[in-house]
Formats: sequence, structure tokens, C-alpha cells
Amino acid sequence: MSSPDPTGTGSAVGSTGPGHRRLTRRQRARLTRGVVYAATLLLVAWLVVSVDWGRLQEAFFQPDVFAEQFPEIVTRAARNTLIFTALSFSIALVAGLVLALLRLSSITPYRWFAIVYIELFRGMPALITVIAVGFAIPIALDARVPGIYGAGSLALGIVYSAYMAETIRAGIEAVPRGQVEAARSLGMSHTWAMTSIVIPQAFRIVIPPLTNELVALIKDTSLLFVLGTTIETIEITKFARDAVSKTFNITPLVAAAAVYLAITVPLTRLVGLLEARARKAR
Amino acid sequence: MTGPVTPQSPGAGVPAIEIDELHKHFGALEVLKGIDFVVDPREVVCVIGPSGSGKSTLLRCVNKLEEPTSGRILIEGDDITDPDCDVDAVRRRIGMVFQSFNLFPHLDVMGNLTIAQRRVLRRSKADAIATATAMLERVGLVDKAREFPARLSGGQQQRVAIARALCMSPDMMLFDEVTSALDPELVGEVLAVMRSLAEEGMTMMVVTHEMGFARRVADRVVFMDDGVVVEEGPPAEVLGDPRHERTRRFLSQVAERDLGDPPP
Repeated sequence: MSSPDPTGTGSAVGSTGPGHRRLTRRQRARLTRGVVYAATLLLVAWLVVSVDWGRLQEAFFQPDVFAEQFPEIVTRAARNTLIFTALSFSIALVAGLVLALLRLSSITPYRWFAIVYIELFRGMPALITVIAVGFAIPIALDARVPGIYGAGSLALGIVYSAYMAETIRAGIEAVPRGQVEAARSLGMSHTWAMTSIVIPQAFRIVIPPLTNELVALIKDTSLLFVLGTTIETIEITKFARDAVSKTFNITPLVAAAAVYLAITVPLTRLVGLLEARARKAR
Repeated sequence: MTGPVTPQSPGAGVPAIEIDELHKHFGALEVLKGIDFVVDPREVVCVIGPSGSGKSTLLRCVNKLEEPTSGRILIEGDDITDPDCDVDAVRRRIGMVFQSFNLFPHLDVMGNLTIAQRRVLRRSKADAIATATAMLERVGLVDKAREFPARLSGGQQQRVAIARALCMSPDMMLFDEVTSALDPELVGEVLAVMRSLAEEGMTMMVVTHEMGFARRVADRVVFMDDGVVVEEGPPAEVLGDPRHERTRRFLSQVAERDLGDPPP
């Protein structure tokens, strides 16, 4: 951009840039900000004008199709999503804590087992683990995971326990060494020191990252369609995709997105609050 | 040793702490180079010396927070370096107070004072609270029972830490530079509690930089440097008229610091 020179032209030739010097640091910052705002506004205006809103609405947001999704998308699909989430989160939390303790164990084979498990299930796409648990376990053991929610919850529980193990381990390691020393000096056994002093403090530290993992888990329940869904276990994404193929319209997916956001946004706001509180408590 | 029927009683000729030829290595670094050391029941021993002299490591070996490399440590006659020794049981008889307080931040003061009584000594809740209240009275903090540690001053936290250790009815107390992390104006309240403990006859091993406390309260002062005990004796002797050049040099450096000379 060329700014007008209020003192007239030609003064910049011999001197070392007095034209630039005339703007103070603050003025220059204000100018930059103004340019960015203007460019953003232009871009938004261009989008508003050039987008074909009519066609967009027809494909993605037909009010009657949107309304048709309710209440079943909440009462059936969201309910199932939350059941899968609650079951797999419980499995992941317990298994994650056990894995974290194994990972920190002084017994080498325990440590190695935890490392291999964590690397394996963190490194593979969740979809592959879900398929493996859903189809490999029944073939290998000639037994099905019990319950209509069993296989899916177990699969996601296995995947997320690997993530949570690392989070919980970091939390345990963040508890100062002096805490264990104080507990041991009072005559507590190692187990007592861990369960009543270290782990409660570790969980306070990891509540925000664990909540983030919970949000990711909610969204990953959409992978469970690969295990085959019945009308009883259908979750939000599968429900919306079925509706898309029935109506030949994408509006049901928009409804699904709205339902996901109604669940996840309050949770992520909660994480923000927890983190702010944790910062204040330090 | 005493006969099978007589229970072990402190003061019956058995030292509270007895250390034989203690060595401690951290990797290639030898921190303790053969320490021989005795603390008698009801005795107050102050261990002084420059930083890095091994005095804190020695103290931490006494309740096995550090594993000795070689040598023996006997607590009231029980050899804690014996692999068959129940170290948790011995630690119950030893109270320890740390430089960094190490209160449990997720528990309030009462929780800090009762958790080990309940879990380790299996005292009833009422008993644990009664003992905790008595100990809080003793350190002058009974009105803080429901506060969390983060809301207390450093001096108050350290007094709670002393009360927490006393709740276990220990036979002896270890103090590891307990005033070093405190603001200068808070040191006095902690030393006052320690002094009253000493006057009541508690067996104490105190690693400290507080020369005034050592002079007035200790029965015996031990000067350590470079992993060995250089000299020990009554405070008037070791602090007033040291025999060794190293002790003299250390004491003159400490004295200079007390005068507030600028660092070189």
C-alpha cells in the first residue's frame, strides 16, 4: 500500500527514509490492524454475495427435513452415542490407570507390556482396532463380546485406554517426589502412598486433558457403524447417513452436527473453566 | 540384646540412632565416606556443614529415603539395612520434617494430620482427630484445622508439618533444613516449636544452617564436610572453639553471611 505523503513528494530521495519515521510504532500497528480488518470484511462480503444461498439451502438445510430428524436423533441416536461414550470411557479410564501404573512399574516386563500396548493402539487408526475387536475376537475366541453395546464399547475403550494411560502417567509424574517421601516417612506403604496421596493429586492435574479425550471419544463413536448397527444401537452419524440416503438430501448431517455440538461445546467450555481454576489454584 | 519377654524400651542403654561405617554413592560420586554416628535417646544433635557436605543425605539415610550403599543403621537396635527389616514399621517411630514442607495439597490441615493415623496406625476417626487437635494446639494452629495448605504462610505450613509428624507419636524426629525455604521473619516461629520439643525431651537430629539454634538448643553439634564427620562435641566447643581448620573456615563464612556482607 502506498500512503499519501503529507509533506509533499520527493523528500525521500536523499534522506534515510523520513517518510517511514513519521509514523510512530503505534500508528503503524493501527494501520496494519486496519488493513487486516478491511481485507477480512471484503472476503466475507464477497462470500455473501457470490454464494448461491438458494442452492446451498436446498442441499444442506431444508427446514422440513431438518425438523423430521427430531426428536428421534436425540432420543434414540444421541442416547446411543452417549451410552457408547460412557461405557468406553469407563473401560478406558480403568484400563488407562492400570496401564499407567504398569508403565511406571519397576518390574521390566510390566513396563514393556504397557509400552507395547500403548504404542500399538495409539499408533493404529481407531477404525482398524474397532474392526479387529469386532471381527477378530469372535473368530479367535469363538465368543462374542456380550451386550449390544459390548463390542463397540470395548473397542473404543481399548483405543482410548492407550491415550489415557499416557495422560495419567504424565499426571502421576507431575506430582512432586516430596509427596511420596512425606507419605513414606509417615510409615505408609508404597501402595497407600500411591492410592491416597499421589493418584488423587494426579487426577486433579489430568482432569482437563481427560475431558479433551472424552470429547474426542464422543466423536469417535461414529466409527462404530463398521460393526454393523441395529435400530437399537444406531448412533448419531449412522442415523444421519441413513436419513441422507432416504431423503437424498444432506440436511440430516447438518442436524447431526448440531446435536454433536450441543454435547461437545459445553464440555470444552467446562475444560476451559477447569483450566482457569487450576491456574488460579497454583 | 534384651530377653524375649522384655519389650524394647528406649533409654535402656540402646542408642536411638546408631550408624556404622555408612557409605553412600550416587553413581561415581561418593557422598558419604564412612560415617560413624550415635544419637542417644532424648539427645538433640545438630548437624552443620557446607552445602554438598552430605548432611542431608545422612539424615535421609536414617529413615531410608536414601538407600545406603554400605554400612549399618540401627534404629533403637533394629537394623534397617537388613533386607528382612520392615522399614515401614521402623519409619512409624521416626518423624521427619522437610525443607519444602511437603504437606498434602489435596487435603486440609486436619486431613493432613489424620490420614496416616487412620491408615497406618488404624486409629479411630475420633482418636485421630483428638490427637491432631492436641498437636495443632501445641504448634499454635488449632484455628487452621479446616484450611488448605496453600492458604497458609510458609511458617504455618512448616508448623503443620511438625504437628503431622508428632501425630504418629514418634520416638525421634529428623529435621532436614526446615527453615531454609522460609522468609526470614517466619523462621522464629518454627524454631520456637522445635525448641519446645527439645525441652520436652524429644530425641532430635537436626540438619540446619541456624547457628543460633544449634548453639542454644543442641546437646551436641556435628560438623560435616566432604562426606565425613570432621568434628563433634558440645556446641560451645565446636562453635566457640573449633579444633579443625575446616570448621573454623566454615564458621567464619557463616558469620560473615549473618552480618549481611555483599557476596564476592
